[in-house]
Amino acid sequence: MAASTDHVEDLVGKEYEHGFVTDIEAETAPPGLSEDVVRFISAKKDEPQWMLDWRLKAYEHWLTMQEPRWAHVHHQAIDYQAISYYSAPKTKDDGPKSLDEVDPKLLETYAKLGIPLEEQKALAGVAVDAVFDSVSVATTFKDKLAQHGIVFCSMSEAIKNHPDLVQRYLGSVVPQGDNFFAALNSAVFSDGSFVYVPAGVRCPMELSTYFRINASKTGQFERTLIIVDEGAYVSYLEGCTAPMRDENQLHAAVVELVALKDAEIKYSTVQNWYPGDEEGRGGIYNFVTKRGDCRGDNSKISWTQVETGSAITWKYPSCILRGDNSVGQFYSVALTNNRQQADTGTKMIHIGKNTSSTIVSKGISAGHGQNAYRGLVKFAKGAENARNYSQCDSLLMGDKCGAHTFPYIEVSNPTAKVEHEASTSKIGEDQLFYCMQRGISEEDAVSMIVNGFCKEVMKELPMEFAVEAQKLLGISLEGAVG
Amino acid sequence: MLEISDLRVSVGGKDILKGINLTVNAGEVHAIMGPNGSGKSTLSHVIAGREGYEVTGGSVLYGGKDLMEMEPEERAREGVFLAFQYPVEIPGVNNVYFLKAAVNAVRKHQGLDELDAIDFMKLVKEKAKAVKMDESLLKRAVNEGFSGGEKKRNEIFQMAVLEPKLAVLDETDSGLDIDALRIVAEGVNSLRNEHRSIMLVTHYQRLLNYIEPDYVHVLADGRIVKSGDRRLAEELEERGYGWVLKREVAA
Ligand SMILES: Nc1ncnc2c1ncn2[C@@H]1O[C@H](COP(=O)(O)OP(=O)(O)OP(=O)(O)O)[C@@H](O)[C@H]1O
Ligand SMILES: [Mg+2]
Repeated sequence: MAASTDHVEDLVGKEYEHGFVTDIEAETAPPGLSEDVVRFISAKKDEPQWMLDWRLKAYEHWLTMQEPRWAHVHHQAIDYQAISYYSAPKTKDDGPKSLDEVDPKLLETYAKLGIPLEEQKALAGVAVDAVFDSVSVATTFKDKLAQHGIVFCSMSEAIKNHPDLVQRYLGSVVPQGDNFFAALNSAVFSDGSFVYVPAGVRCPMELSTYFRINASKTGQFERTLIIVDEGAYVSYLEGCTAPMRDENQLHAAVVELVALKDAEIKYSTVQNWYPGDEEGRGGIYNFVTKRGDCRGDNSKISWTQVETGSAITWKYPSCILRGDNSVGQFYSVALTNNRQQADTGTKMIHIGKNTSSTIVSKGISAGHGQNAYRGLVKFAKGAENARNYSQCDSLLMGDKCGAHTFPYIEVSNPTAKVEHEASTSKIGEDQLFYCMQRGISEEDAVSMIVNGFCKEVMKELPMEFAVEAQKLLGISLEGAVG
Repeated sequence: MLEISDLRVSVGGKDILKGINLTVNAGEVHAIMGPNGSGKSTLSHVIAGREGYEVTGGSVLYGGKDLMEMEPEERAREGVFLAFQYPVEIPGVNNVYFLKAAVNAVRKHQGLDELDAIDFMKLVKEKAKAVKMDESLLKRAVNEGFSGGEKKRNEIFQMAVLEPKLAVLDETDSGLDIDALRIVAEGVNSLRNEHRSIMLVTHYQRLLNYIEPDYVHVLADGRIVKSGDRRLAEELEERGYGWVLKREVAA
């Protein structure tokens, strides 16, 4: 500990040279991003030198980059110097004091999802004294996982306890300079999840971040790294159906997946960040980089996502199909209502022989929602007999919303097979009337029709998750018709 | 059961129904015939509460209540059933799941407990058998990819499960083969009792050989121009609509 204190004092001295003093005792970094702030975060987390160097390299890269402008989304310019990049876990003084101060719409949704009062408070950011038993649940799980040699811990813990694995794989799928938001994340990431499944092990349960998030808030720059060794398998669940509020408007997470030979990773997400009020005020900007690397032969990575939250979503879970016979899958439902905007899709990069990929994207737009699918399917020279199947369907509710499809295909190998299907439909008055004529309420009818539309994606979700996600779609669309 | 007085309906400013008077008592079967475009489907839709129609005059009472004041789902829960001329496809929604939602919505409205999965499946199997509905259709999405005849049969199957008080069948016989026609007729006849009313919209006398109507009405240009018993249908089959319409003009 002494050494690190010296190190910190060193830093403080250095920071002064730049005419800027960061109080290392402070719980929050002052707004703005600088090399000092990166050092402050790393010091606060008591990180080894290699980690700091890694962050600094990312920061330097970030300075040379421009915020991307190609996405089909519109928002006010983000002032990166106005954001605070580190804050200690929330104290009671932050956030709303009681549920009375929380958007009543949000509370209504919690009630409909049947979330207990104490948990509602936690989700809405109201300080609570009660301790969740999820901590003990998580501990029980961890013991069981340890028996199989599976590591499931926070990124911070992994940096301390598994530095070899982290050093070897961190940034190996999404390099620091990959894109503007990934660089930002690499420089300042707060925490996240780390999973390692050893060779030949089939993870005996679905791994869920939910337990851990309850225990400690991960904040706005989350970093996740999942490594599945040869012949191993894991199913990972991220997020939860209850809408989560956060004081931080900008979220820029990075998720890296590595599947070695014969390994399989199934990654499921339900994203339901606060979308803002009906005018979109106060909603989260969710700019995520997710990428999986099928590094070994016969490996498989499957992304399933249900995106209903956030004011703006910018997200393209992708697969690099490097190993021969590797398989990439992307199943997505993105729903935008009111003023929400989503630009989401995937990239399937075929490098190995006989690689195959499947893309099923379902976009639902209601209100003034804007929904764009953006996908790239690329066949490299060596990708003999690779194939892709893509299906992009859009469902519109009302006439003020929009759906847009931007499929890109690059073929450098003549043996590649590509199949693309797309459709746009309107939720029909006919369909609604037919349901209602059988006694089904309009709300239930909408929910039923929309869930029918998304069925191919929903069936990819783990059972309990799917049931909740179905409910969520219905709730997110309430009042969207009529 | 159903009392329609001087009902006037327009669509997009165009008058379609121009003063319909029709009383259907419990236990009665009424057949509605008439040329294409005369307003038969419009009348069926207005009874079921479809949006897009403007009621410009008259009234419709159902069990003494003002039907026009009720939401479509409320009408359905109170026992109004419409077998659609063009049944709607709902991709991805399982046929049985759909029907279960419908049955339970109706039961809830009646203050009954929801049927559990086992009891419901028992009911479904029994009714499917009664209307000779292929069980493989039950497992598919609502009407998706069904043939014309299968769609119509699905309507009758739903009717058999829901056991409505007032059933309006809009050309359910069109597009059916002879065997299917007989089955549809059997389905309707088995529902027939002193508490139920049935309105059959049809172009063909043939159906009325199997379902014997108490009354036959001819709807032309938005009005009921002639009513009679089943012999009227036979006469129409023989002579067409010309003579009825001509007499109407002369009168
Ligand atoms: N939405 C609409 N807009 C304009 N006209 C309409 C609309 N709906 C119905 N009509 C018109 O109203 C008239 C009656 O139509 P309706 O469908 O009730 O006839 P029908 O008696 O059922 O005919 P068919 O025997 O062909 O089924 C037709 O002239 C039709 O074109
Ligand atoms: Mg018609």
